[in-house]
Amino acid sequence: MTLIKPTRRGVIQAGALAGAGMAMPTILTAASHAGYRNAPQGGSVTLGFNVPQSGPYADEGADELRAYELAVEHLNGEGDGGMMNTFMTNGSKAALKGNGILGKKVEFVTGDTQTKSDAARASAKSMIEKDGAIMITGGSSSGVAIAVQGLCQEAGVIFMAGLTHSNDTTGKDKKANGFRHFFNGYMSAAALAPVLEKMYGKDRKAYHLTADYTWGWTQQESIAAATEAKGWETVKNVLTPLATTDFSSYVAPVLNSGADVLVLNHYGGNMVNSLTSAVQFGLRDKQVNGKNFEIVVPLYSRLMARGAGENVKGIFGSTNWHWSLQDEASKAFVKSFGTKYGFPPSQAAHTVYCQTLLYANACEMAGTFNPCGVGEALEGLQFDGLGNGATEYRADDHQCFKDVLVVKGKDNPTSEFDLLEVVEVTPRAQVEYAPDHAMFAGGDLGQCNPGA
Amino acid sequence: MDAILLQILNGLDKGSAYALIALGLTLIFGTLGVVNFAHGALFMIGAFCAVTLQKILTISSISIDPEKKDFLGNPMEVKTPYVESWFGEATGQLIINWSVPLAILFAIPVMLAVGYIMERGLIKHFYKRPHADQILVTFGLAIVIQEIVKHYYGANPIPTPAPDALRGSFDFGVLLGFDPNAVIYPLWRLVYFAFSALVIGAVFAFLQFTTFGMVVRAGMADRETVGLLGINIDRRFTLTFGIAAAVAGLAGVMYTPINSPNYHMGMDFLVLSFVVVVVGGMGSLPGAVLAGFLLGILESFAAMNEVKSFFDAIYLPSIDQIIIYLVAIIVLLARPRGLMGRKGVMEE
Repeated sequence: MTLIKPTRRGVIQAGALAGAGMAMPTILTAASHAGYRNAPQGGSVTLGFNVPQSGPYADEGADELRAYELAVEHLNGEGDGGMMNTFMTNGSKAALKGNGILGKKVEFVTGDTQTKSDAARASAKSMIEKDGAIMITGGSSSGVAIAVQGLCQEAGVIFMAGLTHSNDTTGKDKKANGFRHFFNGYMSAAALAPVLEKMYGKDRKAYHLTADYTWGWTQQESIAAATEAKGWETVKNVLTPLATTDFSSYVAPVLNSGADVLVLNHYGGNMVNSLTSAVQFGLRDKQVNGKNFEIVVPLYSRLMARGAGENVKGIFGSTNWHWSLQDEASKAFVKSFGTKYGFPPSQAAHTVYCQTLLYANACEMAGTFNPCGVGEALEGLQFDGLGNGATEYRADDHQCFKDVLVVKGKDNPTSEFDLLEVVEVTPRAQVEYAPDHAMFAGGDLGQCNPGA
Repeated sequence: MDAILLQILNGLDKGSAYALIALGLTLIFGTLGVVNFAHGALFMIGAFCAVTLQKILTISSISIDPEKKDFLGNPMEVKTPYVESWFGEATGQLIINWSVPLAILFAIPVMLAVGYIMERGLIKHFYKRPHADQILVTFGLAIVIQEIVKHYYGANPIPTPAPDALRGSFDFGVLLGFDPNAVIYPLWRLVYFAFSALVIGAVFAFLQFTTFGMVVRAGMADRETVGLLGINIDRRFTLTFGIAAAVAGLAGVMYTPINSPNYHMGMDFLVLSFVVVVVGGMGSLPGAVLAGFLLGILESFAAMNEVKSFFDAIYLPSIDQIIIYLVAIIVLLARPRGLMGRKGVMEE
């Protein structure tokens, strides 16, 4: 029997070999993942579209998916290019070439948020972990957006928010990996209040019905503050549970409250039902304090306005974008979307289309899919040609700042899509606020997380 | 006082819907012993009968108007409903305008057929199975029906307005000596309450004064003995299921102008209606009606600002959301068989 006698040199050699062997997987992994999660392998990159495919916002989700598919088509060089032809960043044409993103073909997976935070987080998690999605985008609710934004921050992927209007998304719940193109409650209020003052005067008493969740609270706080600054008095704010379907019990007390304006801080089905109740109770035919009783819906959605039918006529609100805008970018998007699908896009479709292009452009600018590089490219980005005029992705809170549309339910619609008319394009300067504004205080972007 | 009167009216109105759905539920439970979680879906199908009739009545011929442009700048398609072409513009518009009341005639045969198919096709196979199985299968059925409706009609609410003549509001307070404009109530909601009272009355009269009704009541009391007398009780119970479906469907049809219908509306009512049945007494028809109105009124009062403030102060927030369940707990603790339930039922 021969025993191998260990020598000093042998131990050192064996140790070096073992060390190199143990280090090998790490070196390979680091190289292939280039230091961030879900680095694309091969010739394609996967985006995760997390939208409500079931539940009350399924129609908005379906419209978002249509817009995402259109954006992917355009990024891959198919179709007419839509707003890729008008998209400008920092004063020159955007970096998108129509050859995917960074030369990789864009593919996508979809998830169903069900407009439930837990379901939305589960579907986003699955897309990140199982499908290798490099970026998550979508949604039609602030509760969901905040939940998924938090998840993406932890997982180390970029979150490009869809339709989320709560101040908190880029306020107390803002995250370094999250970016919002859509406007917010504060901006709606800042745009709407001067128009309301002009239309209805300074001496008004407002009664608020408010959806009892993050969006409703911040929307109510914003519109109350903005109208009070114009001389209005807030008589009462009543929180209504999100599950409410019959608002008659909440509308009835308005009749004898002394208020002459009802502000419905409701969205979606809530808005349709509360507005219908208010009209049925004859509020719009009433005279209070010697003035016509008025109703205001701070956040409009055309898809939802359709559900309220004739009840929306003459009622003021705000919207992020509207298909009737006549700038070249909006016209290009409406033509592209309308030709493919046969009807004009909603504001939800517009915002997610923009978010996809903005993400792709940021990757091209950064030369990487690394969330930290992408985030850096998005921060402070000045862009135009996406339908909202000159826009900036503010670095302090990852909120887009742009003009806001004040709209009114159209009195004589010419088609089933022609429900809202733009009464004023409120300039960006009027809706801008300081990053440390009290309504947005309490949060911290933190550090970007590349996930690896 | 005017605020209280308004909430009583609101309560009666909500109670009407609860009572109609609960009436059908308890009829099915009393006769077939089935806990039907698909009953809310029947209410929703009724509402979509109104939507469907509205769509049928507005099927249109399409012509091109070169003067007008669509959203893409192409010549616009102008739609003219066939009923306007056939009966003249004024008559055609009148028919479309009255589509919701007309949908009652459309919904009755549809709902009877839906009820018949549901009972014969699925539910009869679960008569001898435990209640848990019945709940699972009917709840599953409700979800399937919901998804089918969503597939064809979308997820958004669909406006289905009342006829012009019945829109607007009615100064109810003047009738009772209040100042003008003190108690204004939507006209269609008053119509809904009157309609519900009529349907409830008709169901009771049918069960009370017809031979069919007598057999059904006898069957509810003692199914075996009625069978031993040579009466085919199963056939009658199948028809009873159809009637219960029709009652829920009619409640749905008439509800559409109050809230634009969507695929989920049945689920919104389902749980509340079950609570109504339990509070009223499982299998008790008068109990279902009484509890429906009672809980509707309580729910409306609980939504009053003064009531909410009071309960907030005693650490019971959101009383408007929990009042019905709170009452249910109290009733079940104090009187497990419900307000008008038969002795022995749900008391073991």
